[in-house]
Formats: sequence, structure tokens, C-alpha cells
Amino acid sequence: MPPHFLVHNPEDSAGVIVVEDAKAGMELEGWVMDTDETIHITALDDIPIGHKVAMGDIRNGDTIIKYGHDIGKAVADIKKGGHVHVHNVKTKRW
Amino acid sequence: MANNKFLGYRRENGRVGIRNHVIILPLDDLSNAACEAVANNIKGTLAIPHPYGRLQFGADLDLHFRTLIGTGCNPNVAAVVVIGIEPGWTGKVVDGIAKTGKPVEGFAIERNGDHKTIEMASRKAKELVHWASEKQREEADMSELWVSVKCGESDTTSGLASNPTVGNVIDKIDPLGAYTCFGETSEITGAEMVCRTRGKTPEAGDKFMKTFQAYMDEVIEPHKTSDLSDSQPTKGNIEGGLTTIEEKAFGNLEKIGKKTQYVDVLEPAEEPAKGPGLYFMDTSSAAAECVTLQAAAGFVVHLFPTGQGNVIGNPIEPVIKLTANPRTAREMAEHIDVDVSGILRREMTLDEAGDALLEMTMRTCNGRYTAAEALGHREFVLTKLYRSA
Repeated sequence: MPPHFLVHNPEDSAGVIVVEDAKAGMELEGWVMDTDETIHITALDDIPIGHKVAMGDIRNGDTIIKYGHDIGKAVADIKKGGHVHVHNVKTKRW
Repeated sequence: MANNKFLGYRRENGRVGIRNHVIILPLDDLSNAACEAVANNIKGTLAIPHPYGRLQFGADLDLHFRTLIGTGCNPNVAAVVVIGIEPGWTGKVVDGIAKTGKPVEGFAIERNGDHKTIEMASRKAKELVHWASEKQREEADMSELWVSVKCGESDTTSGLASNPTVGNVIDKIDPLGAYTCFGETSEITGAEMVCRTRGKTPEAGDKFMKTFQAYMDEVIEPHKTSDLSDSQPTKGNIEGGLTTIEEKAFGNLEKIGKKTQYVDVLEPAEEPAKGPGLYFMDTSSAAAECVTLQAAAGFVVHLFPTGQGNVIGNPIEPVIKLTANPRTAREMAEHIDVDVSGILRREMTLDEAGDALLEMTMRTCNGRYTAAEALGHREFVLTKLYRSA
């Protein structure tokens, strides 16, 4: 079965949903591309294709890692399985 | 791997093109109407209208000339008619293009009016079309191919799959001696230190950092509001799931592959001068501005990964579009040349996707129209450094 979400790097804070029907409460299967591992997570929100899902609990102010690099900071607490996007993550640049 | 040979048009200066355009090139905004009239009169010609060319000065004027001359010099162009309001600057563009050895002639509107200019230029254009239409394709090698890359309306699927597919092609053709080019200075924000390490020499890396810093100091600092919200990332990027400019930047850099290093850093529309390899060009991240500059530097085929579905084309450089977003591949199918969404379903490896894109690149070089060509996308957008005098 194709994965529901993909993760670039095992250290990443969030994975990317790659199916069009990820709904709250669904058990999602993920593929960690760098290590070729399969992982599972329960979605807390409906998450559109291309949007991110939290790999673990994230606290307000935590650095968000993707591609193994710093891509910004959390501006709210995010639960594991929650939707990670512009409502709870911002750039550190400006 | 696909065949490393293609059939192209060998030009007078030895460069190889994959299209055989006769273009009618306006020096300035005032000459667009005459150019379009000539292109309407003479079938097989292509007018390239644009909004600038008056009262520019300094570096901005230099870039205007470099872009127009470079467009005429591109080996996808067989011959050129230049029309300008007055003979001085028109002659400068003609002389610049003539250095390639290709046929080029200029016409000025002042003292003639549109009617006479259109008549004279149409007669010349007809002669050039007869001449160009007898040119034959001949075998050329990958080492003679100049490929540019730039992504647009990116989303997270770009960084996951379509940009790495382009990177896979770059990694495959770099050892074969191809010339390749990436740009988009603003879209490296957040990944600039990683980009610096991808220079082949410390000098190349330092030159990149200097270019990046100059962009920050001269463009962003004086003009930014609180941030670049709504522009970097764009509304389309955010809709597609990209949250920050840093996230977009790391996805963007996937286009240069895992191991290829850039040999030099180019000014906008500057022709590479350090032999085969990858070049970084200082460009805007707006699709048409970037591709116009890359075409003016001599690149003949463009690889364009999109997430949400950017529809851009270019008048002289075919733009091959790929996407990994299954929704885009389905809902905007007429714009997509290569669908690599299979990577996300684990049905296709990155290496297989790279081979599929390389095969489509060679077919395009051999003459296949891209989706953007078939749909008539000819976005020619000049980069303006500051307002005219």
C-alpha cells in the first residue's frame, strides 16, 4: 500500500502528507526516505495533501527540523499527529 | 540511461540549438507594434514584445542590452530582425548579435514611420525564413547541451520528489560535460550556508555568498515590510503546504542534485565562461524573469518542476514541466510533460524518475513540443534593476 506521509530525514519534526484523504483519527503509515523505515502515527486533524503532520509533541518556541535542517520555529504547542503549518510555525528570518 | 546524442541545429559559432526560430525583436516598448505586424505578415517568425528599453541607464541599461543581445545570440534562434525607435541603440543590439555570425538586421522607425519600417523588415524577415527553413538538424552530443533549471508554484511535493528528479538529471549529465544553470537568489534564504558548500572551489562559494549578501542588503533591506509574507512563500506555496522560506529553500536546492558542484556565479543573463559544469545565476525567483535571463545566457532547454501548477513557457527556450503532485498531474494534465507522482506512492524510484525526465529532455531536444510550447506560453519578462530616468 502507498504511504500516507513521507519524512525526509529521521530527525525531522514533521512529515508530509501525500494522500488526498488524511482525516483526524486515521492511523497513518509513513515512509522515512533517508533510512527506508516505515513508521505509524495517528492524525489529530484533517490534513490536506502536501501539508505537514507533527512527528512528536512540539512546544511553543521549539525549532522545526525538516531535511535535517532548521526551517523555523513553533509559535504554539503542537501535539504529535497535529497539522503543522503557518498557524503554528513561522520563519526565524523576519 | 537515455541516449546521450540528440539532433540539433549547429550554429555559425559552434553552439547547438534545439529550435530554429526567426525572431522579430523590439529594442523598446515603442517598437512592439511594428514587430508584431512583421510577425503577422511573415509566417514562421516570432515577435518577442516587452515593456522596456527607454530612458534606462547604468547597470539597468547594461542588463537590458545583455538580455536582448543574449536572446538573439541563443542558438535556438536562427536569425534575427531587430526594430527600434531610433538607429543608435538598435545598432548596438544588432552588432552584439552579429558577433555570433548569424544573420541579423536592424530597422529604425524614426524618419520612416511604422508602415515603411514594417514593409522593409517584412521583406528581410521573409528572406531569413526561407534561409532558416532549409537548415537541417544534425547529431550533437550531451556535452553540447545547455540546460537550465528553476521551479515554480512549489509545494512540499517539489522538495520531496520533482526537484530531486531534476537534481538526479543534473547529477547524470554533469559528468558528461553538459552546461547547467540554477538561480533564484531569494529562494536560497535559509539554505545559503549549505549552498555555499556546494561551490567547486572556495572562490565559487565565496562569490555566491557575496551575491546573496548583496541581494539581502540592496534589495530586501531597503524594501521589506515586516517580512516577505505572501511573496516568499507565495500564496500558492502556502496552499500547497510550504510554511517558511527556509523550508522552501531546502526543497529548492534539491534541484542541483546530491553531488554536483557549481563552478561559478553569473550576473543576470551573463554567459558562462568557465567551461562545462553547473553555474549559479543571480536571478529573481519569479519564473518568467528567471527563465528569460537563463535563455539570454545561452541555455537551450529548461527543466521546470512545479507543485501547485505554474504554467510558464518561454518564447525561445522550451520549458519541460514535471510535477509530483498527483492532484496537479490530474487537474492540470495539459501543462505537465512528465508525471513523477509515482515517487510518492513508492511505485517509482528517484533514479527511474530521473531517467524518465532525461528521456523527455532528449525527445524535446530532438523536436518534440513541450506542453508550454503547444499551449502558446511565451512569457518574456525583462528584469528591471531600478526605475528609468
